[in-house]
Amino acid sequence: MQYQFQFNSVLAESGFILQGILLTIYLSVGAIVLGSILAILFSAARSNGPRWMGIVVDVYVELLRNTPFLVQLFIIFFGLPAMGVRLTATQAALLAMTLNLAAYSTEIIRAGIDSIHRSQIEAGLSLAMTKRQIFQHVIIVPAIAKVWPALSSQFVLMLLASSICSFISVQELSGVTAIIEQRTFRSFESYIVATLLYLVLALTLKVGLLGLGRLIFPRVSGLSRVQVKGEAA
Amino acid sequence: MIESFGWPEFMFLVRATGWTLVLTVIAFAFGGIVGGAFAIMRLSQSSLLRRIASVYILVIQSVPVLMVLFLSYYGLSLAGFDIPPLIAASLSLGIYVSAYLAEIWRGSIEAVPFQQWEASSSLAMTRGQQYRYVILPQALRISVPPTVGFLVQLVKNTSIVSVVGFVDLARAGQLINNATFQPFQVFGSVAVIYFLICFPLSRLSKHLEKVLHVGRTN
Repeated sequence: MQYQFQFNSVLAESGFILQGILLTIYLSVGAIVLGSILAILFSAARSNGPRWMGIVVDVYVELLRNTPFLVQLFIIFFGLPAMGVRLTATQAALLAMTLNLAAYSTEIIRAGIDSIHRSQIEAGLSLAMTKRQIFQHVIIVPAIAKVWPALSSQFVLMLLASSICSFISVQELSGVTAIIEQRTFRSFESYIVATLLYLVLALTLKVGLLGLGRLIFPRVSGLSRVQVKGEAA
Repeated sequence: MIESFGWPEFMFLVRATGWTLVLTVIAFAFGGIVGGAFAIMRLSQSSLLRRIASVYILVIQSVPVLMVLFLSYYGLSLAGFDIPPLIAASLSLGIYVSAYLAEIWRGSIEAVPFQQWEASSSLAMTRGQQYRYVILPQALRISVPPTVGFLVQLVKNTSIVSVVGFVDLARAGQLINNATFQPFQVFGSVAVIYFLICFPLSRLSKHLEKVLHVGRTN
């Protein structure tokens, strides 16, 4: 039997698909911004805070890196209401993505911080900088600049992982696709369209982050990059 | 009457863990074979082969695993195959694995110093012999830590196969949660089981990196 592809009924839903794309972008950008801020705070706590803070951060990082994103999403979405915290599916998704990304980013930034030479810190000390000033000006910015490629690929992986939020019926791109599939009975076509859209989104984000890196860290092209790989959530 | 999360429920989780591991092994074996082929293609002397491999890797790495899963599930059934969920799940996870392992292994092969190629070609070895006797044995050592590290990603990503009706650990958790309404206990236990599988693997990967002196060339 020859299968006839029919994309018309799927493409007729383009307005709905667009809503899904916008929610995917909202979740991804939100998680990237919030997750990065958290990761920088965690890194600061690890290098400057008391010992117990560093241990707490390490435990957090290991726990989140060694359990599936899906299970983290379930614990937040099903578990928090049992504790009396009411979250919509979208809020739960954003929270889960932020916490997940923060753990991976903290681990990547750690590699960058480890690569900052001691003499840099000593130079800062000899200029009578405080610990906080040294972290802010001498350590964190060059560290992030060095691991920017790894950080970027981690952000792209988060965009891809956002598709898992459809499991708790968030209507982002893959959630919308599941609904369209049920409406049109065109399963294969629906997912081909969604896959192509994810491809475009991921490549756009990849190129965008590369450009952003050049913009924020213009002097780093001469610095040696630290080799770290992003890891799929 | 609502059941509570007790011993029988826990044993159900443990049995489902078995399926998670089975799936991991099949996907890794299938993905390893395909990924190895793509790694070699990516380094081949033919620019066509190189291009095919890099497009494949770029596309699969830029698309959610979930989409690969749906496409292979619906694609195969359209092609007239009535496929059990285990096959669809292994196939799609295998495709996902192949793209990442191809990149990891390409990097490992490229990390073998270029002089090794020159030396072996000066001994009049063919390309196949160079790979077999000189390059791959050295690349293997370099590739072990990141490959073990990637296994962790694979174990975690098997959790999404429940959408095609496969009862793995994550799906078993959902089923029990629907019956007991004790999300913290149920998903907490699920998370602990995943952690007990993944954490030792992460540690092993880090340890191997130190032992095999990879990543620090000087």
